[in-house]
Amino acid sequence: MINKLKAQSSKLKVTTQNLKFYVLSFGFALCALHSTLNTAFAQSVSSTELINHAKDYDGKVVVYSGEVIGDIMVRGKYAWINVFDGKNAIGIWLDKDLAKEITYTGTHKSKGDVVEISGIFHRACLEHGGDLDIHAQSLSKTFGGASLSEPFNNGKRNAALLLSGVLCLVLIWSRLKLR
Amino acid sequence: MLLRPQREDLKNIGYYLGKIILGLGLIMLVPLIVGIVFGEINPTLDFLISIELTLTLGLLLTKLCFTEKDLNWMQGMIIVSLSWLVAMFLGALPLYLSGHWKSYLDACFDAMSGFATTGLALVQDLDHLSYTHNLWRHLIMFIGGQGIVIVALSFFVKSFSGAFKMYVGEARDERVLPNVIHTARFIWLVSIVYLILGTLALGIVGILNGMKATNAFFHGACVFMAAFDTGGFAPQSQNILYYHSLPFEIITIVIMILGAINFKLHYHIWMGNRKEILKNIETRALFITIFLTFLLTAIGLGRLGSYPKGILLFRKGFYQLISGHTGTGYMTIYPTQFMNEWNHLALVGVICAMALGGAVCSTTGAIKMLRIGVIFKALLEDIKRIILPEQAIVIQKFHHIKEMFLEDRQVRSALMITLAYLGLYVAGAIVGMFFGYPFLNSLFESTSAAANVGLSCGITEASMPAALKVTYIIQMWAGRLEFMAIFTLIGFLVAAIRGK
Repeated sequence: MINKLKAQSSKLKVTTQNLKFYVLSFGFALCALHSTLNTAFAQSVSSTELINHAKDYDGKVVVYSGEVIGDIMVRGKYAWINVFDGKNAIGIWLDKDLAKEITYTGTHKSKGDVVEISGIFHRACLEHGGDLDIHAQSLSKTFGGASLSEPFNNGKRNAALLLSGVLCLVLIWSRLKLR
Repeated sequence: MLLRPQREDLKNIGYYLGKIILGLGLIMLVPLIVGIVFGEINPTLDFLISIELTLTLGLLLTKLCFTEKDLNWMQGMIIVSLSWLVAMFLGALPLYLSGHWKSYLDACFDAMSGFATTGLALVQDLDHLSYTHNLWRHLIMFIGGQGIVIVALSFFVKSFSGAFKMYVGEARDERVLPNVIHTARFIWLVSIVYLILGTLALGIVGILNGMKATNAFFHGACVFMAAFDTGGFAPQSQNILYYHSLPFEIITIVIMILGAINFKLHYHIWMGNRKEILKNIETRALFITIFLTFLLTAIGLGRLGSYPKGILLFRKGFYQLISGHTGTGYMTIYPTQFMNEWNHLALVGVICAMALGGAVCSTTGAIKMLRIGVIFKALLEDIKRIILPEQAIVIQKFHHIKEMFLEDRQVRSALMITLAYLGLYVAGAIVGMFFGYPFLNSLFESTSAAANVGLSCGITEASMPAALKVTYIIQMWAGRLEFMAIFTLIGFLVAAIRGK
């Protein structure tokens, strides 16, 4: 009788272990599937692709990279930046602390930092009035920006000098003609 | 029998054209000063070269064609149509020199788009454009919105009758004040007062949104100029989407509507006659057509489910619609989203809004509300004639500043211009389809160009065919001047070739 009970108990243990194994395996499989679905776009996606196929990417984690342009607009604990990938700029909503990594933003006098952003893409963001945007989860700087020193254009300077001479001559001629 | 133009005609045209060119050259001093202030050396040189060329041409014309004779109607119309073309060629010079436009044609496209307050743009790498050039892009909208000739009228032209002929040629057939030069100055006064208030409002919102003060006020001034003059250029490539701000959108909506209202109505509001807003046929027509076209757009967007919540649908749908209706062209979506995420019904709503436009004697383009109101009243009159007994005398009245009786000549004129606009929209769409673009895309972009709106569904880009760029330039020019000045120019050229 005792032996029988022992045998039954060991069988039950095996069944429980199997069950645990199946549950864990299923859990892993779910996690794997979830992560596959959400990071299906681990490679950087272009702005054109995101804008033209917005429905396909809606609510998914995407990686997007480009140059930070214009202002870093801090709004409370968060901030807006706009990132230009050569074709379009997309608004990125990110934690204010993440934005602190950005040193340069693109203007006429500076080349902005090139950043890689991983975050959730929204075709029509519920939080931001239907804007097409990305809510950043992480940001890494891939290339640092720099101030741009514009080389003085000698050709333009010479043309300006020449034309100022012509303008003066025309002005004098027109005055003489009037008298 | 066609009469060949006389030497006196050419002298008169040349002299006044020269004055307008001189005015344009002097206005270029504004970005030049901004360039010096911001320490942008090469952009400053671009403007120095352009100013020198413009002033030289202006001086040569005024001296070679010097005359004291007054203008006749034909000369006034030709001066206006030519001055817009010359302004395009000269205004494009500093843009092209900046290196941000792929060709001189592209720079001319943007210059015409600016002067005609359209807002379609071919600029490259806008986000790195200098303050100097960016200011010029918006300033030409401000000048174009008031009317290039108005600028000259205000400061250079002494002759009242000659001034009036040019004023009418620039698609402003209503005088706010009895004297046309005082009217021109009043238009400037209204614009400058709103410029100060609008810049302050947008600048403060910009700062509250987290922008640096310099940028906030610079953007504020630029966006105001383009919104009030229903232009549509913006300092950044994302247009108004760049700001991610509801208050910014609301302020621009108010400015766009102010820009779409008749300057005569502004005058009456300023004088305390606020009831005129509710009684005026134009404002009534404007609010009714906004409601109807938005209804179409909202139903279209709702059926498609592009926006998951009603408030999002309203914010996106209404902004693009009001921007189209006022002829501004500001966008809070990307151009290709129109075709990818808006259905045909929603697009038809926007196309209708663009085609209708704002008030006459405002800065908008398109058919305009007074004409729509007049045509609608004429239709009502005809229906009454059918319903009422034959002996009944049917009189139709409408209120536009004062009570007016509807006359046949008003209806004929309104219908003629409406037909001309419809023809222009269709012609541009046919050219677009010729180059392989789908029907709805072509119609959308063509209407946007001809009605001086600036909303784009993605056709307008530097890679589009040169012939299509030229087509849109002609549409913007013809649409802004409302045809008569251009028809006169064509007649003048035909007479010069075939006349005796």
